[in-house]
Amino acid sequence: MSARRLPDGGRIDRAEALRFTWDGAELTGHPGDTLASALLAGGVQLIGRSFKYHRPRGVMSAGVEESGALVTVAGAGDGARRDPNVKATVQELYAGLAAAGQNAWPNVRFDLGAAANRLSRFLPAGFYYKTFMGPRIKGGTTVWMLCEKFIRRAAGMGAASRLPDPDQYEHAHAFCDVLVVGGGPAGLAAAATAARAGLDVLLVEQDFQLGGDLLNQPLADAGELLAEMLDDARSAGVRAMTRTTAFGLYDGCVAGLIERVTDHLADPAPFLPRQRFWTVRARRIIVAAGALERHFAFGNNDRPGVMGAAAARAYLNRYAVLPGERIVVATNNDSAYPVAGELAAAGAAVEVLDARPADRVRQLAQQAGARGITVRPHCAPLRAVGARRVKALEVAMEEGGRWRHGGRQACDAVLVSGGWSPAIHLISHLGGKPRWNRRLACFTADANGESLLTAGAAAAIWDTGACRVSGQAAGAAAARALGKDAPGIAMPAPGGWRSPIRPLYEVRVPGAHLKSMVDPLNDVTADDVRLAHREGFTSVEHLKRYTTLGMSADGGKMGNVIGLALMAEALGRASDGDGGDGADPDIAAVGATTFRPPYTPVALGALRGRSVGGHFRPLRRTPMHQWNLERGAVMTIAGLWERPWYYPRHGETLDQAYIREAATVRESVGLCDVTSLGKIAVQGPDAAAFLDRIYTNRFAHLPVGKARYGIMLRDDGLVLDDGTTWRLSETDYFMTTTTAHAATVMAWLEELLQVRWPALRVHVASVSDQWAGCAVAGPKSHRVLSACADSPEALTDHALPFMGVGRMSLGGGIPCRIARISFSGELAYEVYAPSDYATAMMDALWAAAEAAGGCLYGLEALGALRIEKGHVTGAELDGRVTLDDAGLGRMAAKGKAFIGSTLRARPELQREDRPKLVGIRPKDRAARFNAGAILCRPGQLSGLGEGWVTAVTHSPALGHWIGIGFIRGGEAAWRGQSAVAADPVRAAPVEVDIISPHMFDPDGARMRG
Amino acid sequence: MIRIPCPFCGERDHSEFAYGKDASVQYPPLDAPLEDWHEAVFLRDNIRGVQLETWQHLHGCRQWLVVERDTATHHIHSVRAAHPGVAAVLAGAGNDAGSGK
Amino acid sequence: MTRYSAWSIFKNGLAGQRNWRRAWRDAEPRAHYDIIIVGAGLHGLATAYYLAANHGAANIAVLEKGWLGGGNAGRNTTIVRSNYMMPGNRPFYEHSLKLWENLSHELNYNVMFSQRAHITLLHTPAARDAAARRYNTMRLTGSDGELWDLDALKRAVPHLNYDNARFPIIGAAVQRRAGTARHDAVAWGYARAADQLGVDIIQNCEVTGITRDANRVSAVQTSRGPIRIGNAGKVGLAVAGNTSRLWAMAGLGKLPVETHLLQAFVTEPLKPLLDQVVVFGVGGAHFYISQSDKGGMVFGGDLDWYKSYAQRGNLPAVQDVAECATSILPCLGRVRLLRHWGGVMDMTMDGSPFICKTPLANLYLNAGWNYGGFKASPASGWYFADLMANDRPAPVIADFDLGRFRHGVNIDERGAGPDPKLHG
Repeated sequence: MSARRLPDGGRIDRAEALRFTWDGAELTGHPGDTLASALLAGGVQLIGRSFKYHRPRGVMSAGVEESGALVTVAGAGDGARRDPNVKATVQELYAGLAAAGQNAWPNVRFDLGAAANRLSRFLPAGFYYKTFMGPRIKGGTTVWMLCEKFIRRAAGMGAASRLPDPDQYEHAHAFCDVLVVGGGPAGLAAAATAARAGLDVLLVEQDFQLGGDLLNQPLADAGELLAEMLDDARSAGVRAMTRTTAFGLYDGCVAGLIERVTDHLADPAPFLPRQRFWTVRARRIIVAAGALERHFAFGNNDRPGVMGAAAARAYLNRYAVLPGERIVVATNNDSAYPVAGELAAAGAAVEVLDARPADRVRQLAQQAGARGITVRPHCAPLRAVGARRVKALEVAMEEGGRWRHGGRQACDAVLVSGGWSPAIHLISHLGGKPRWNRRLACFTADANGESLLTAGAAAAIWDTGACRVSGQAAGAAAARALGKDAPGIAMPAPGGWRSPIRPLYEVRVPGAHLKSMVDPLNDVTADDVRLAHREGFTSVEHLKRYTTLGMSADGGKMGNVIGLALMAEALGRASDGDGGDGADPDIAAVGATTFRPPYTPVALGALRGRSVGGHFRPLRRTPMHQWNLERGAVMTIAGLWERPWYYPRHGETLDQAYIREAATVRESVGLCDVTSLGKIAVQGPDAAAFLDRIYTNRFAHLPVGKARYGIMLRDDGLVLDDGTTWRLSETDYFMTTTTAHAATVMAWLEELLQVRWPALRVHVASVSDQWAGCAVAGPKSHRVLSACADSPEALTDHALPFMGVGRMSLGGGIPCRIARISFSGELAYEVYAPSDYATAMMDALWAAAEAAGGCLYGLEALGALRIEKGHVTGAELDGRVTLDDAGLGRMAAKGKAFIGSTLRARPELQREDRPKLVGIRPKDRAARFNAGAILCRPGQLSGLGEGWVTAVTHSPALGHWIGIGFIRGGEAAWRGQSAVAADPVRAAPVEVDIISPHMFDPDGARMRG
Repeated sequence: MIRIPCPFCGERDHSEFAYGKDASVQYPPLDAPLEDWHEAVFLRDNIRGVQLETWQHLHGCRQWLVVERDTATHHIHSVRAAHPGVAAVLAGAGNDAGSGK
Repeated sequence: MTRYSAWSIFKNGLAGQRNWRRAWRDAEPRAHYDIIIVGAGLHGLATAYYLAANHGAANIAVLEKGWLGGGNAGRNTTIVRSNYMMPGNRPFYEHSLKLWENLSHELNYNVMFSQRAHITLLHTPAARDAAARRYNTMRLTGSDGELWDLDALKRAVPHLNYDNARFPIIGAAVQRRAGTARHDAVAWGYARAADQLGVDIIQNCEVTGITRDANRVSAVQTSRGPIRIGNAGKVGLAVAGNTSRLWAMAGLGKLPVETHLLQAFVTEPLKPLLDQVVVFGVGGAHFYISQSDKGGMVFGGDLDWYKSYAQRGNLPAVQDVAECATSILPCLGRVRLLRHWGGVMDMTMDGSPFICKTPLANLYLNAGWNYGGFKASPASGWYFADLMANDRPAPVIADFDLGRFRHGVNIDERGAGPDPKLHG
């Protein structure tokens, strides 16, 4: 026999049947079922295959600690929603759910991978560190790489979909006075108490129902109490969230929650997110997360049919599933006795093996006996028998402090209670150190008492009544700490069993070869722990890493304590052979690992919320974005910005378009959207002095109405940024920065003014978004501007000389700032209008430019024009370049100090043979070369090279490819010598001349007009 | 999440702020010798424990703040405006936030 | 000592795996050593190994305050690559990669160095050109490196986001010899090999003080008592994250180092989903991911952005990597994060490390590995051992000295300038 559904009882809704499929076969369950309870009710016992040895596995628990029933849920649609590694014990059943076994071929019932179990003696913990290395064939890793392919295929558990996840997720924020984690008796009481004291309380429960352990107790016993507590919490104003896991606690009393919104729905509304990630900022957090029942290590303790005793209680009372007809309950503590009684009452034949001596279980045995249950003290399970599910149990009996064979007994379920581990994970996230409590045989953790409190089984309080009181005490303590009136309630002492627990972690007898799982999810056995000890991996972290104990999807919830106990035992008894007697191993001496978030695994989609795809990062567009698109612009990425790259006409390619655009600028006129440049208003009586400190050149004497090109260095003397700054009045400057460094420069200026030089009376404000900018460049630029200016006299050489700044109005009243500055080397202007006027300004300019035979030009043509002129941009100013490297040494004013002026004088930065900015031209003018090529001496195409190419373009003015870059010693050192642009990742080497970077109109006659 | 009580905006997530640097570093005059600048720019005490450091409330008021924070626990002891004049005004105004939590 | 091999596993399998001996001795500290390495991380252990193996040094102790390999050795994302281009870095990291290629054989310990290729995604022509400079430099200096166009990338990694990425992918820069290794195994392999050469690895032995005799270290004080150093004795520091504290113990001043927090992440184990290391960096993002042999997706991103000695991070960095992960691999939306943890690292003023002499005649410094310590560990140990044995730096590590900032030597791979947090 296997498990079956009882004819009545439970908290399921029998009125409705939910059809679902398991490995293709149709089954039914009810609302209120989990997939695990429905599978058990349907007689399915073999549900999973283990990670390494492909051992058969069934349902082992009723919660998040599940190590056996891991399945793949198909999800709706085309397979993109396939969800591997789902714990059937927490997956709510819904109509149409399609689940299947995983990590098995062809299926979990007949899995060829199970051969690994036969070879397991040759595959102990860490075997892969000792083999797969050689011999050395070709490279040193050839053999391993070959083996790795197969190992990778064998490893892993479920298979994730490779299709994009089609679901939506959300990130939400919440604030509260008190966050209560856990909706059991302690949590409910804590929440109600704190709320009654006038606090804003948020209670979160990972289950789909509130009640915690009360849900697992017989409805007749606990139903009323639960209803009362729920009522109390609700009327006190507690905000409760179910299906919500507090997965991590972080600094500042902040918790991360995952709310599962649609994972339990057959047909969710399309507007709902699948999950919601909450960041909750609380003033106090009460951890009432309960405790997890442990098992102990004995032979085949992972066989389907072996289950936690408390889990069986949940299946019986909550889901009305009887796990077997002939049941053995194995325990070392009191908590399994109520389960045994309830199972017997439900009609099962029940026998209890209690590892404790007769005198400690006498009273319990008497009570059990009254229900027809035999209790065998000094007994424990030794080995489960049955290939694919439990059919019998070999029993161990203790005599004289030693375990011996104690016979064999037919059974169809073995329920184990090896003690309880308080769920202290969240406390550990914030640095609370787990401490071993020898009396209660569990780890507890001191909540820090300030912002963090703990209650209930999470504080190792076992009795339901005491849990409730501890919740009231914690709730009241939080309320008092936050200045509310609340009674002082004494926190109950940990513990609560009548007869103390007997520490027991493993059962074995001399000579028996047992496969005893410590961490079933990772197939870590008791022998693996002993092997780790033998090889010196004795510190808890070495044990964990060497055996992989506790490193799988349950985060060690099942196995950690047992593993530590076995290591403690090995360390304490290193001299003799077999252990397994009644001594209490010194776990405290081994130590504990730190629990890391998340408490249970969290979908990455939830953590990213909506920041995905096109919304991964903000997208910045200029106010004339649409205007540009309408005129055929192809956009490119520049940092967060989208900027026009080129404006193809009649199917032009990129190269055709930018060459035409650049030529048009040189011959007539072009317009370029330069809005993305950073713009900063620098204002105040000390603005001039400030600029003199941050720029290498002088600004103090810049006349009002003039602009100047300036360079800023970092503190370390290397170039930070460049741009023009316009003097609008004695105390008002308009600074422009590069697009890339706009934000950096702004924060830097603020830092200087607020932190370093607070005495300077200067205010800076970013006005980047306030002004839309357009460059008007080319010999006809003056004509174009005059054509659309409302008063053309503002543009005369006298009114607006080279580097002059002015105000003008164009297109019939568009107010603009204008400067006669040039990046292209042509007669050129930059015109800025308030952003709302952006398209109006462009319309006006373009009407005139188009009439003059001009064009719109994008970033590629802008690059071509500046390369011809040898102007530097981000490709050259890469954070490692000095003023002199960039050929801008003349920009460093003599006789004034500025940011970076001291450290730029460091000797290595002053060497003559540093790479310096040069122009580059192919010897064969028809040849093309690439940016990123390395400049080498001819015949020496190896080594680090002499320099590199930063940018190239086809120069329409010169009629061939040109580039700029840096080369050791600069142009002077290469006069009369050629170099080779080596580009092994893309192209054949090209012989080049090193020339002046000012390749077009070196005297700047065109620019001055 | 480190929660930083900004004297201007109130308590906010640290993700609204940008960490600056060790606030105990004294930057020398611009024309100071290389050794002084070398120390200020490149060398750090790198305290494990309570240190003074600058943060900017980048996505808030954009004020630079001096925060007294424990680098081992992330606990914040005090926060003030980095600009001494502004800090003095806040303190004089009896604004509790001006001197920390 | 048993030599590890398939045969040894088989033989032991027949004997119930009972005959394995300790991988390394549990050494008790002696009162005197000739060479003390502080820190049994990868760098310290590798140094001890190469001191013994390459230089015949003896009477060596490695002191570890916790368990060996417990710092960043056991917390990193295990990427091994040599795509460095600055003259002061290039030969060092290439040497390291070459050591990696033979490390399992050298140590007789499978460190699982998987040369599965390291793929840096490219999104703009400017980024492609910058990558070309780097990978051309690698090629010209005897390493491997390639630029892939979009088609080649799609063939290799078909499930990246080619459809609706905020930053469309245009290609990739690839180093095929790069990959991943099993981080713990490297520590254990070096420990075992060093132990076999007589090195005492002393765990749970925290250095609490450094005693000076004028310009020399004469002893180190530990939680397990003082240890003297002979007249010719030497002390090497390899204590990432705590360098400044040990430096202070030696009575020395400030360092160009700040301790910062970096988180790492792993998902539930999955069947093979990604066969290479993929790196993503655009729009201010920084992200790297690979799949461990066990099946977990292992990834990381930027620092938490504030100075910290606390080995735990915060949510903004978690969200950021989740955004990066699902943006480049949209199928990861449903994949579940199993664990995230934080480590502390020495961030320096230029993102490059120190392997150098110090103001004290017999004290040597190995520090400042920023993000890059794992891949560097074999060469770091190699050259630190060489420095300690010969008392002069090999030319390869000439720029890894503390004086470089004073002199203006620039080996800043990112060009980010003197702000430690910008060198991730």
